[in-house]
Amino acid sequence: MHKIFIRSLVSSLVFLFTLTVSAVAKDVKAAFVYIGPTGDHGWTYQHDVGRKAVEAAGYKTTYVEGVPESADAERVLRQLANSGHDIIFTTSFGYMNPTNKVAKEFPKVKFEHATGYKREHSNVSTYAARFYEGRTILGTIAGSMTKSNVIGYVASFPIPEVIRGINSFTLAAQKVNPNIKTKIVWAFTWYDPGKEAEAAKALIDQGADIIAQHTDSTAIVQIAEKAGIFAFGQASDMDKFAPKAVLTSVENNWGPYYVDRVKAVDNGTWNQKDTWHGIGDGMVVISDLDSAIPADVRAKVNQLEKDLASGKVHSFTGPIYDQKGNLMVAEGKTADDGMLAGMMTYVKGVEGDIPK
Amino acid sequence: MEYLWEEEKLIKIVKRDQPSRTIFFLTPVLAIFLTLVAGGLIFYILGFKPFESLKFFFIVPIADMYGFSELLLKATPLCLIAIGLSFCFKSNNWNIGAEGQLTFGAIVSGGVALLFYDQEGFYILPIVILAGAIGGMLYASIPAILKTYFNTNEILVSLMLVYVSKLILDYLVVGPWSNPEGFNFPETRQFSDSARLPLLVEGLRIHAGIFLALAAVVISWFIFDKTYLGFQMKVSGFSLKTAKYAGYKGKKMIILVFLISGACAGLAGVGEITGPIGQLHREVSPDYGFTAIIVAFLGRLNPVGIIFASLVVAITYLGAETAQIFMQIPKYTGQVFQGMILFFLLASDYLLFFKIKFIGSKK
Repeated sequence: MHKIFIRSLVSSLVFLFTLTVSAVAKDVKAAFVYIGPTGDHGWTYQHDVGRKAVEAAGYKTTYVEGVPESADAERVLRQLANSGHDIIFTTSFGYMNPTNKVAKEFPKVKFEHATGYKREHSNVSTYAARFYEGRTILGTIAGSMTKSNVIGYVASFPIPEVIRGINSFTLAAQKVNPNIKTKIVWAFTWYDPGKEAEAAKALIDQGADIIAQHTDSTAIVQIAEKAGIFAFGQASDMDKFAPKAVLTSVENNWGPYYVDRVKAVDNGTWNQKDTWHGIGDGMVVISDLDSAIPADVRAKVNQLEKDLASGKVHSFTGPIYDQKGNLMVAEGKTADDGMLAGMMTYVKGVEGDIPK
Repeated sequence: MEYLWEEEKLIKIVKRDQPSRTIFFLTPVLAIFLTLVAGGLIFYILGFKPFESLKFFFIVPIADMYGFSELLLKATPLCLIAIGLSFCFKSNNWNIGAEGQLTFGAIVSGGVALLFYDQEGFYILPIVILAGAIGGMLYASIPAILKTYFNTNEILVSLMLVYVSKLILDYLVVGPWSNPEGFNFPETRQFSDSARLPLLVEGLRIHAGIFLALAAVVISWFIFDKTYLGFQMKVSGFSLKTAKYAGYKGKKMIILVFLISGACAGLAGVGEITGPIGQLHREVSPDYGFTAIIVAFLGRLNPVGIIFASLVVAITYLGAETAQIFMQIPKYTGQVFQGMILFFLLASDYLLFFKIKFIGSKK
């Protein structure tokens, strides 16, 4: 209980601080609904960084943290819509149905749902980031730096978002090192330091000398630091949690999008859309590269980042084969967004089966 | 007998011959009062205006019709589970796993509802509800049978089974039961309208599940006060030895109270998934099964007491949301309030068994 108390104390102090620095607020009010605590240093933390960017742009914001995806989500959304908020960002997949339900009853309020696919009413937009582009960078680094040729990957849930990340990572690693194997452990959680640590240990036991993750806690990079191997940070720059192990992180940078959308409400130009931004639009950011990365790899990665941003390089460029050797994407072609959105097969080089 | 301020003997603490009945029902009120005072103090220390904060916590959320209906919606599963738990707790059976029984009830009834996902018909809802109750009973029977025949500790078994049930739910919604059109996200299809509990008022979420809770209250009151079974439970609660001398069939009763408790928790699960949620996904209940333990004790294991207790605890959930929206008070303070209520209740229970005598200075 006292942890909660200290957390409340700290966050209220932070709030008082932001209250005093925020300048004259504009009329539009934005609200954010979070699945976890703002101090998780992963998913929710990064959304809150985005919220602060909206505050810095002069708008008033409200947030509610730790909102379960149970029946409670709908009530929180309705309260926010009812209390003078003009745009509401719901930042977890499980809010999809409540978001659309409440949006129907509050047609004047704009709703922005992260990572979902339902836009049942004209005041609902969806947004997500092309994290797989970041994973192309991570795969390139991992393929260049592994000595055991076994790369570990802690995955969360077998959904297209995660499968896509595994594939993009593996394809990039194979490109620089055709002998690598990606071993997956499914943690079946987005955030559970204990489970994630166990998964990391299991991968190390199987010979992995670099570990990537699609879960949010800092447990994995800390295990990697102890074991003296390399890892990549997820969602936020996790370098400070494991300075030696973390080679780089893929950061979720929601701020520019949030400011953009709130301004659009302010100007009356908000319209429904489905946004899927990557490195080029700045929604996916690669943290500073660690000094352990050799100069030639560093140069290659820097160029790759530029090419992914400009669209010159696509993470899924053919020929791509699945595990059985069937052609998924023909030579010279790239996977379209429809294929990416529904991706539920591993590419060649990933070990194991997708849990069913 | 012990003395405070030994040399002056101002206050004497004396053990009561019998626990006071008035104080038995007054201590929950005292606990709530102390929680409010301590809560106000915490708000003050955190830099918020204590009275305004408490107003946003306990009054604003239920100030309109919608808020009040949400309070009832939130209190319904808590009341239902706590009524079930009171059968166990009264008879000295420590069922800590109501959350698991709720989850398993939701799994079974959700599974049945999914069988009928593309059908409509009046017969669907009763089957779905029955399935939930049976699911909860099946799951509660595990710790009960293990306790009666293998002498295991029901606290541990029922608690551990909570995590098992959540893993089963995870497996089902991620895998075999996930919505075929849902891009493999961990959720099932939406249930058909015939599998949903009817709403009581258009535009509000309060649903017919509240009648299940009220029925449980009435039935449990009848059993506790008017039946031989209720009497047996009470005797076993006071003294297991006495119950044995009286020749009560202990094993049968253990299994029966667990089944009742499991059925109530299972029905609470049905209420959530066929009421406000309308599908199965990973987070069916925000730990109602655990919070209901607080509710049961705060309500003194008394059916009417449990109604009030469920309303009080329900408001800490709602208040935490309102306080964060309007006052930017961290939402987790709701859990602090729940913890404080239980703490003060347990602490003030001291007064049940001891009385404080002011005897004045003997100098």
